[in-house]
Amino acid sequence: MRTALLLLLLLALAAVPGSLIPQQGVDSIAVARFRIEHPDLTPWLDRLGMFSVYTSPWFSAIYLLLLVSLVGCVVPRSLTYARALRSRPPRAPSRLHRLPAYATYDTDRPQADVLADAERVLKRRRFRVDKHGDEVRAERGHLREAGNLVFHLSLLVVLVGVAVGSLWGYRGNVIVVEGSGFSNTLTQYDEFTAGPLADGASLPPFTLALDQMTATFQTSGSQAGQPKSFAAAGSLTPAPGLAADPFDISVNHPVSVGSTSVFLVGSGYAPVVTVRDGAGQVVSSGPVPFLPTDASYVSEGVVKVPDAAPTQLGLEGFFLPTAARDDEGLPVSVFPEGLNPALSLFVWQGDLGLDAGVPQSVYSLDKDGLQLVEDADGGPVRLLLQPGETAALPDGLGSVRFERVAEFARLQVSSAPLAWLPLTGLVVAVVALLVSLYARPRRVWVRAQAADGRTMVEVALLDRTTRADPKQGLNDIVAELA
Amino acid sequence: MNTETLGQLANLAVASATVVLALAWVSHLVEWAGRADVFGRVGLSLTVVGTALLAAGVLARGLAAERVPWGNMYEFSLVGALVGLLVYLGLVVRAGISWLGPIVTGFAVVVLGLSILAYVPPGPLVPALDSYWLVLHVSAAAIAGAAFMVGAGASALFLVKERAERRRGSPATTGLLGRLPPTAAMDRLAFQVHAFAFPLWTFAALIAGPIWAQNAWGRYWGWDPKEVWAFVTWVVYAGYLHARSTAGWRGRGAALLALVGFATFLFNFVGVNLFVSGLHSYAF
Repeated sequence: MRTALLLLLLLALAAVPGSLIPQQGVDSIAVARFRIEHPDLTPWLDRLGMFSVYTSPWFSAIYLLLLVSLVGCVVPRSLTYARALRSRPPRAPSRLHRLPAYATYDTDRPQADVLADAERVLKRRRFRVDKHGDEVRAERGHLREAGNLVFHLSLLVVLVGVAVGSLWGYRGNVIVVEGSGFSNTLTQYDEFTAGPLADGASLPPFTLALDQMTATFQTSGSQAGQPKSFAAAGSLTPAPGLAADPFDISVNHPVSVGSTSVFLVGSGYAPVVTVRDGAGQVVSSGPVPFLPTDASYVSEGVVKVPDAAPTQLGLEGFFLPTAARDDEGLPVSVFPEGLNPALSLFVWQGDLGLDAGVPQSVYSLDKDGLQLVEDADGGPVRLLLQPGETAALPDGLGSVRFERVAEFARLQVSSAPLAWLPLTGLVVAVVALLVSLYARPRRVWVRAQAADGRTMVEVALLDRTTRADPKQGLNDIVAELA
Repeated sequence: MNTETLGQLANLAVASATVVLALAWVSHLVEWAGRADVFGRVGLSLTVVGTALLAAGVLARGLAAERVPWGNMYEFSLVGALVGLLVYLGLVVRAGISWLGPIVTGFAVVVLGLSILAYVPPGPLVPALDSYWLVLHVSAAAIAGAAFMVGAGASALFLVKERAERRRGSPATTGLLGRLPPTAAMDRLAFQVHAFAFPLWTFAALIAGPIWAQNAWGRYWGWDPKEVWAFVTWVVYAGYLHARSTAGWRGRGAALLALVGFATFLFNFVGVNLFVSGLHSYAF
């Protein structure tokens, strides 16, 4: 017990740093920021595994030791318990009056009657009762140890379930724009993490089409601008050849395909931009997701136009859902919903660097081979477009048209196989825990001896928990006997 | 009655509840200072009045916002204080624990006082909280927290009295300590409330929380700071239960663990909300 106690306290202590230092598996962006802000501390924290505490060797060592101690305790106790289940109540100690709860009285009823009464009363109180000579032995509360053992065994089941979930589970994030779709293959994901035993090649082959993404925000009151609802509607085909089912995903309401579920974890805007090059050819057209920078939904993004002639073009800038001018005349957004959308873009020309063979982010420009396009005064060209507006680029580079705004949904697809197992384990554990905390294992002995025509009765109670006042329990029994 | 009026009514009720509870606290402190028992009875009556006012405030707040009144840190402070008081009053009736009055009323006044710092006018829920698990998860956590508070209060007074008696070598029968029940009874009460709170906390933190997290975030456990501290609290109280049947840890050791457990619970509510960012940043 002392070992288990110390290991528990150690586990509690060891879990703490992971809540104070950003964790790789929880928020990798925060980890990157922390590394930049604390360059001296970072190498030491790395050596200690502080950025992934919950998978670190020392954290694992503590819970594995706890597990070993748990098994080492529960197995022998289960064997003892199996024997105790069949055992009879033990004989009365010879000096009953030494027990903490003891009462004695004498009565004129015969010894045999007193003992028979005691047997009946204790049986009614669900004791296991034996009568031996001048004493009645009674014991109850075997369920307490059963609850205790089942509780600890259930924790093992929970751990097995969690282990299965994290070894075989996976989680991926993908941005899907209204009017387009997603098929569940590895290459479609923007971000994908999987357990070591998950098979990325055999994901369930469902496809989904997103018809509409709706985000609404509080328009008045103290919480104006706070999100009110997010909903994504479309249809989902569970497997090729099957019929498509319509779905409606909102926060807290995912849609499931087998053990895989699709969650709505975010939303944003994808302005639909058409770019014509100097020759008047359409060289880029379609929605381009811009990533929200904060809760105002001012979003950042780029449009890469590799096919433009005479030179490749790159547009970089901001999407403003509800555009307005600030005091200095600069474009800002005053509300997260797309009430007065505007695109503010700088134009770059030159080599986008897409042929270098180095993977690039679709959300940023590699500016090594690019020059900022300037106007006649030598200042940078800044396009400020509203839906339906077109801007011509200088020097015959072409034109940019902001057609309309589409919204996108950020979906998370995740699978945690056997998620019901840890849940069931915990439910059983709580029930068993209640039994072990509330069952009252106690022993009662009643001894009756005839003396001078009267019967001397001794009653003693041994409470094996500290939960209740044993004297109270004794008094109840004595009151019923006497 | 419109939303704004209800909101103002709620603020009025909460403010008067705070004042009445502060008077109850003073009354209990006077009782502790050795004055007549009448102050204890006055303190208890004022606690009942203050609790009723606070309940009215919380109710009005819920009606004003048209939802369960625990959608942000301010509201959770109110509900936490209210549930703490209700659990205390329930146990006063059942187990005669009015000797905890000074601690419980003091705690409630401090919580209500500090909650002003987190005040926001009543408003709708953010989408992530719009789930019936908000009702189950949060109310179970609040009730467990209230019982932890009573357990910590009993454990703290147990430690004080036990220490005094150990130094003196005999049971304290006079003065402040004499007003407290025997140490064995305090220890037993602490265990009883923890035996109630621990399974409930297991449900709130390890069953309802993960089910909701699975629905909202697509994973049942992700070591979010709030989850970490809920786990730490759970482990410390598991340690408390073990300590009670470990030689050398019974009594004092276990009581200290009960205090540590409640400290981790409070840190999860205050510290994690204010200093650590995570998925629970709408402040629970």
